[in-house]
Amino acid sequence: MSDFMQQPLDAAASLAPAWLADIHARGKAVWQDTPMPTRKTEAWKYTNLRPLQQRFFAPDQGNTPQISGIHYPQLGGTTLVFADGIYREELSTIELPDGARLLRFADADATQADAIRERLGQAIVSKQHLFAALNDATLADGIFLQIDANTVVEQPIHLVWLTSGQVDALSVNQRLLLELGSNSQATVVESFANTATGGTAFTNGISEFLVGDGAVVDHYRLHLEQAEAVHIGGVHATLQTNATFNSFHLALGSTLKRIDIVVEHKGQGAHCEVNGIYLPRGEEQVDYHTCIEHAVPHCTSSETFRGIIGDQASAVFNGRIHIHPDAQKTRAELSNKNLLTSNQAEVNTKPELEIYADDVQCAHGATVAQMDPTTLHYLRTRGIPRAEAEVMLSYGFINELIETIRCEAVQSYLKPLLARRFARNPKLTRHIL
Amino acid sequence: MLKIDNLHAKVDDKDILKGLNLAVKPGEVHAIMGPNGSGKSTLGHVLAGRPGYQVTAGSATLLGQELLSMDTEERAHLGLFLAFQYPVEIPGVSNMEFLKASVDAVRESRGQESIDSVNFMKKAREICKEVDLDQNFLKRGVNEGFSGGEKKRNELMQMMLLEPKLCIMDETDSGLDIDALQVVARAVNAMRNAERSFVLVTHYQRLLDYIEPDFVHVLAGGRIVKSGDKSLALELEEKGYAWLEDAA
Repeated sequence: MSDFMQQPLDAAASLAPAWLADIHARGKAVWQDTPMPTRKTEAWKYTNLRPLQQRFFAPDQGNTPQISGIHYPQLGGTTLVFADGIYREELSTIELPDGARLLRFADADATQADAIRERLGQAIVSKQHLFAALNDATLADGIFLQIDANTVVEQPIHLVWLTSGQVDALSVNQRLLLELGSNSQATVVESFANTATGGTAFTNGISEFLVGDGAVVDHYRLHLEQAEAVHIGGVHATLQTNATFNSFHLALGSTLKRIDIVVEHKGQGAHCEVNGIYLPRGEEQVDYHTCIEHAVPHCTSSETFRGIIGDQASAVFNGRIHIHPDAQKTRAELSNKNLLTSNQAEVNTKPELEIYADDVQCAHGATVAQMDPTTLHYLRTRGIPRAEAEVMLSYGFINELIETIRCEAVQSYLKPLLARRFARNPKLTRHIL
Repeated sequence: MLKIDNLHAKVDDKDILKGLNLAVKPGEVHAIMGPNGSGKSTLGHVLAGRPGYQVTAGSATLLGQELLSMDTEERAHLGLFLAFQYPVEIPGVSNMEFLKASVDAVRESRGQESIDSVNFMKKAREICKEVDLDQNFLKRGVNEGFSGGEKKRNELMQMMLLEPKLCIMDETDSGLDIDALQVVARAVNAMRNAERSFVLVTHYQRLLDYIEPDFVHVLAGGRIVKSGDKSLALELEEKGYAWLEDAA
């Protein structure tokens, strides 16, 4: 394995609590035994890992970077902010009802440490997810969110990871472990943001959701990082009987973003809805790999991703649905639509269906298109100038997904942000907002 | 109002219009009839500047201004409106947002202030009633999942909101039942005035029972081969087009 992460790997032991040592060892073993992916590695075929060629360095604990120029959603309720990998208490608020607990790994006592160690990695097959293994190997601090049975957390729980760009070649390890007890409910928002200028930061963010019987979680993962940011991470969820996992993803483009989303239906009647939007432009690249595992009967999954790819940017969407032999009566849907707004833009989309049960309903579709000239013309015949018509159609392409956002605070943050993504001139977005 | 001289146009390298002449004065209603493939729809698309429709000769002016070199939106700003035979569905763009953007753009081009949202909404709702379209259609995506008749009503709504000078209606009556046809006729008759003109492209004399045209033209082989008053439409209904196509 390449040694671009040597320093963070070496530093992990001194930065982390001692009880994480075997997690480090577990991750390190996989990381060091696995060759670095190349274009010949199927799961990385269309993604250029060149941004990882430099050496990266673990955060300096004494560092408190300036983050006033970084925009991230203000959602109210519980918010935990980390900047350049370091927890920022003065920017954080914890307002949780009884039955919901947030714990930083760094603060865990022996009993809590055991609870974390018992659960951490449960939802991940790290041999298949090399960067999850890297996350284990370099884990310094993480968050354990535990919600007891029948507890309903009304306010969103917001976890914010910022990179300041003030330190070049910074490697940030982020880990979230969530356990939702039976029939509990929560909204969890993960935001990642940086400044548009400054050095490269490599964030390795892994989140695990253990969703108990009948629990409902609304999850949002917002990759707002731009410019030189590199993020390789994943969301791994296991769903027990009648659990519901609604997971919404957004990726603005940056140098490199690769997110793996794995949802395993382990109990009958479980349901997941995974939606996502990706918007690379310039020379940015975004890669979403999703995998929905249906291991048991009577589960449903619905997945819709839409991408708008501009300039010389590239995107990858790989959507796997795996229906195991026992998973009869599964209903699974997958749709991926892409809009290319330039001749040099590129997308590689691949639905991958593996179905080993015979009594299932499974629908999938993927499209790649350019802006429809007839539609554009229709708007213009009504007097709408071309530039505004293009903004309306671009935003319209993702609007159906924005409308599915249940958390109002997230929706009202994203609407103007995304509309302005297509035009800085407020005149062109005035009818959308 | 509209003056077309010796218009030639082709689509996909196929000559469709071959020397079309037409003059429409303010306040007039002209009906254009003709067999399939004669170029009726092409005329509307060429005037609206649809991509892929190439003008090879001739000219067209609207209110004295050369139309064919203008951008599509400029033609709309000048007062041209084309009611589409097949209106486009645009999921994700709400009808209301579309209508407001369109009215604002046209008003702005005329140096008028944009209408505030509350008053616009009110006006849009009133027009919904006039064209017999449920108000819920304002919230839906533009024409998304609308039936054929609902799409036509939505076209009418746009026409009424935009208050154009020249309305070209491309087979707005096709596929409509008799009630919907009367809605179309009512809308057109209500909008008729001394400054506004209409060009109705239609296959059937039926529409002209409800909207009385000043002139009827037969378009065949890419040219207007016969013009007359409304009685010509009745004659066509009786005799068909074959006798005129031979002449073309």
